[in-house]
Amino acid sequence: MRASSLPEVTATQVADQSIVKARSSRPALAQPWSELVFVLLARTIIVSALCILVVLVGSIIVDGAARLTWSFLTSFPSRKAENAGILAAWTGSLWLLVLTVVFALPVGVGAAVYLEEYAEKGRFARLVELCIANLAGVPSVIYGLLGLQVFVRALYFERSVLSGALTLSLLVLPIIIMASREALRTVPKGYREGALALGATRWQTTYSQVLPAALPGIATGCILAFSRAIGETAPLVTLGALTYVARVPDSLFAAFTALPIQAFNWLSRPQPEFHMNAAAAITVLLVLMLALNVVAIVLRTRFQKRQR
Amino acid sequence: MGTSVAQTFNSTQVGHEQSGAGVEVAMNAVTKVRVEKLELSYGTYKALHGISIKIPAKQVTAFIGPSGCGKSTFLRTMNRMNDLIPGVSISGSVHIDEQDIYAPGIDLIELRKRVGMVFQKSNPFPKSIFDNVAYGPRIHGLRNRDELAAIVQKSLERADLWREVRDRLHTSALDLSGGQQQRLCIARALAVNPEVLLMDEPASALDPRSTAKIEELIGELRSDYTIVIVTHNMQQAARVSDTTAFFYEGNLIEHGPTKQLFTKPTEKQTEDYITGRFG
Repeated sequence: MRASSLPEVTATQVADQSIVKARSSRPALAQPWSELVFVLLARTIIVSALCILVVLVGSIIVDGAARLTWSFLTSFPSRKAENAGILAAWTGSLWLLVLTVVFALPVGVGAAVYLEEYAEKGRFARLVELCIANLAGVPSVIYGLLGLQVFVRALYFERSVLSGALTLSLLVLPIIIMASREALRTVPKGYREGALALGATRWQTTYSQVLPAALPGIATGCILAFSRAIGETAPLVTLGALTYVARVPDSLFAAFTALPIQAFNWLSRPQPEFHMNAAAAITVLLVLMLALNVVAIVLRTRFQKRQR
Repeated sequence: MGTSVAQTFNSTQVGHEQSGAGVEVAMNAVTKVRVEKLELSYGTYKALHGISIKIPAKQVTAFIGPSGCGKSTFLRTMNRMNDLIPGVSISGSVHIDEQDIYAPGIDLIELRKRVGMVFQKSNPFPKSIFDNVAYGPRIHGLRNRDELAAIVQKSLERADLWREVRDRLHTSALDLSGGQQQRLCIARALAVNPEVLLMDEPASALDPRSTAKIEELIGELRSDYTIVIVTHNMQQAARVSDTTAFFYEGNLIEHGPTKQLFTKPTEKQTEDYITGRFG
C-alpha cells in the first residue's frame, strides 16, 4: 500500500536487486569445484561430530553397563559403590520435571500469547523481548544463585524440591517464551482475520484457532526446554542440593537429589567403582532425555496429522 | 481495454436486467452504508483522504482502482478490521443503517456478525468443512447439533458448495480446491447471517472457471445481501456490480451506476483508468 506512493524508486530498487542476485548466483555454477569442496567439508564435519557422539555415549554405556541392574534403580546411595543406587536421584529428577512443567508451562505459554496476541507492539514490547532473549543466554549458575537467595533463603523454602523446581522454571522460562512466540508467529494471519471477521473475540480467536495451530511448535520447544532442565546440574548444586539424600521426596518441601547431581557426586570421588556408578546414572539420564525427545516428535507428528 | 470493458458490459447486460435498468434505480435505492469524510492514516502516512459514499442496500457495489489506491483499506473500515493494525487513526463516520459503527461503546462482535467478510486469499481454518461453517454460529453460542447442521447445510447451499461436499463434510477443508475453499469461506461468512458482505478481491487468486463460479454466486446473493466487492479486474466489476466506485490515491474519484461509470465517466481520471491509460 505505502510502496505505491514511490513507484519509480521501488521499481528500480527491485531491478537493481535482481541484477545483483543474478550475478552472485553465477559463480557457483561456473566453479563447481568450490561447491564440491564445501560439500565434502560439511560431510566430514557431520561424520566426525557423529563419531565423537557415538564414542562418548558408547564409552559411558560400556562403563556403566555392569552396574545397570534393577537394584541400581531401586537402591539409595551408599558408601559401598556396589550397593549404591539412584532411587532418590531419579525420583528427585522426576519430581523436578513435573513441578517445573507445572510452574513454567502455563506462565511461559501465557506470556508468549500475551506478547504475541495482545500486547501493543511498541518500545516496551521490544524491551521485554530483548530482556527475554538475554535471559535465555544467562549462565545457569546465575539462576542457581538467584534461587538460593530468593527461594531457599528469602522465602524459607529451604533446599527443597520446590526451590529446585522454581529455580529450573526460571531457567527454562525464557526458552519456552521464545519458542512459543516463534510458533505463534508462524500461524497464518488468515486464521486470525477469518475468526475475528466472524465476530470472534480475541480470546476466542486465540483459543480456538491460533493456539491449536501453534501447538506442535509450542510442544516441541517446551519439551526441548524441559529436557534441558532435567540435565541441569549447576543451579541445583548452587542451591545446595549436593548432599546425601536417602529417601524419595514425599512433599514439596522434602530434601532432594537429582540424576545429574548424583552423577557429579560419584564422579568427584576417587574410587573407580563410583565412576562406574556415575556412568550408569548418566546412561539413565540419557534414556530419560531421549524418551522426552521421542515424546516431542510423536506429539508433533500427531498434531500435524490432525491439522491436515 | 476501455472498449473491451464496454463490450463485456453489453454482453452481460441481459443477465443483469435489473441493474442495467438505469441510473435512477441504482442510485435511489435505500442506503445501507453511509460514509462521511472518512480519513485514515497509518502513522504519518495518510491512506484515505476524506471519503464520502452511500452504498445502496441489496445491491452489488464494486470498488476499482490501481494497487495502493486505498480501496481495500476502505473496505476494511466497514467491519473495523483496520483496528487490528497498530498505529491506525481514523476520523469521519461510517453509518450502517444509521448506526455509527465508530461510536464509542459499539459492540464489535455484533458489528462483525452483521458485516461479514471474504478475503483475497481464501483462509479456511485447518478443520473439517462442517466445523469451518459452524465456527461462526458456535462462537456466538449456538450448541444445538440439529440447528448447527441445518445452518451448515443452508450456508453451503447458498454458497453453491453443498452438492460437492455433502458426502465429506467431516474431511479437512484444506483438501478442497482453491475455488471450493473460497466458496467455503463465503459459506462460513453467510452462516452468521450477515446483512453486508465485504469481499476483498475474492477471485484474484482463482482460475477462470472458479472465478466465473464466484461471480455467478455474487449474482445469486445480491438479492439478499448488500455486497461490496474490491476488484482489480474491471471486466469483473462490470459483470457483477450495480454501482461502481473508482478510487485513486486515497480519494474516491467517482461513484455511479456501473454502466454509466464504464461508458460515460464524468471524471477525466476515471476515463483514463478504464481506458487503460494508467493503472
